Amino acid sequence: MASSSKAKEALFSPIFSNNPIALQILGICSALAVTSKLETTLVMCAAVIFVTAFSNASVSLIRHQIPSSIRIIVQMTIIASLVIVVDQFLKAYAFELSKQMSVFVGLIITNCIVMGRAEGFAMKNPPGISFLDGFGNGLGYSVVLIFVGTLRELFGSGSLVGVKILPLARDGGWYASNGLMFLPPSAFFIIGIFIWILRSFRPEQVEEAH
Amino acid sequence: MYGEGSFAVQNDSVVKTFVVAAVLCLVCSIMVSTAAVQLRPVQEKNKLRDRHRNILAAMGLWSEGASVEDLFAEVQTKYVDLETGEYVEGIDPKEFSQKEAARDPERSIAIPSEIDSAGIKRRSKIAAVYLYPKTGGLEKVVLPVHGKGLWSTMYGYLALGADLDSVEGFSIYEHGETPGLGGEVDNPAWKAQWKGKQAFGPDGEVRIQVKKGVVDLSSKDSKYEVDGLSGATITSRGVTELLRFWLSENGFGPYLNRLRNEGRKTAYGQL
Repeated sequence: MASSSKAKEALFSPIFSNNPIALQILGICSALAVTSKLETTLVMCAAVIFVTAFSNASVSLIRHQIPSSIRIIVQMTIIASLVIVVDQFLKAYAFELSKQMSVFVGLIITNCIVMGRAEGFAMKNPPGISFLDGFGNGLGYSVVLIFVGTLRELFGSGSLVGVKILPLARDGGWYASNGLMFLPPSAFFIIGIFIWILRSFRPEQVEEAH
Repeated sequence: MYGEGSFAVQNDSVVKTFVVAAVLCLVCSIMVSTAAVQLRPVQEKNKLRDRHRNILAAMGLWSEGASVEDLFAEVQTKYVDLETGEYVEGIDPKEFSQKEAARDPERSIAIPSEIDSAGIKRRSKIAAVYLYPKTGGLEKVVLPVHGKGLWSTMYGYLALGADLDSVEGFSIYEHGETPGLGGEVDNPAWKAQWKGKQAFGPDGEVRIQVKKGVVDLSSKDSKYEVDGLSGATITSRGVTELLRFWLSENGFGPYLNRLRNEGRKTAYGQL
């Protein structure tokens, strides 16, 4: 019983109570880059969930063998290999999307969430729970990304996953699109609003004023 | 050390460090190369379709959601001996790759550095050209071009109209330029500017160029000029230089001259 509640916590706590972006403020860079369209956002989320889950599990599997002097490089090698595999798959089965996402798939390697969980969690915990922790953190990242992607595509392009929702003024509709939403900085504002909403519901996440 | 002190001490020996590093590298490289090799055929197919889509886009025939295969069926692929400008028969489109040919000393020539404005060092003796439509008078011809940008060799297609002077479109389909700066060479808004520009001046010299900054539309030269990409001077210059090379005597010049001399209709009649 204790282990199943621990598993649950590893999986679900990163979604709201310990969200990697909103609370730990990790992985912001890619949240800005790939969220102008929901389609690329979803693919990015799937890729990050896959990489965090499996890198956590693999690092945890060999955690007793890793010499501490090269542990960061070992984690990096595992993460980089997984990301290359994901990138190869995207190039084969989602070519158009992978072209749009260009370098940002490769940049999952440098996403602090992946390495942060490998170093902070997987090095100290068994593989099963590390896998869940990685999966959960990937989900937490995805929740924020999808929130940002939905708002940006809806108010920027007037559509969701390419389906027209708000008819644009330039196509004869009534909605004048918000140009800011096309630009990466808009994600900053939206993440700020997300954190604001989250912390209104969970005041314990608010940092103490200095 | 992570609450597993005894392990950590043994793990830190030099031998163990090397063994772990070597085994890890081996396992990871097997994983990566298996994925790469297994998926290559599918990726190649995607790339080919993407190239065809770019040819169609340069011709202005592409619209979102259309079938590449159907549209490309209207396009004729021919091979040109760049030296003479004559068509070459008997080349298998499935086998021919201009990129590979350019690397093969048998099938390519070295370009002297003083005329190598595209910075490509060697070029294939034979190049593919794409003609539209398949029957009737020639309306559009697409020339594959490539040249150095800042970081990478950029590959693209230039589509010329029936007068072999007006630009129908220009499209870079493969590059490794900085995303957001030079990488904007594949931005549709920037590409859209090319349509209607003129490639050659009154004396037949290559005039088309990417300007630094924004083109002054009131100037009489504006028909030869396209806006520069901001923050990407070297990429912009690379595009200018590669077009200058490929439209010159050393590139498609002889071929374009032949088409002009023979008259478009007759040239097409001989296809």
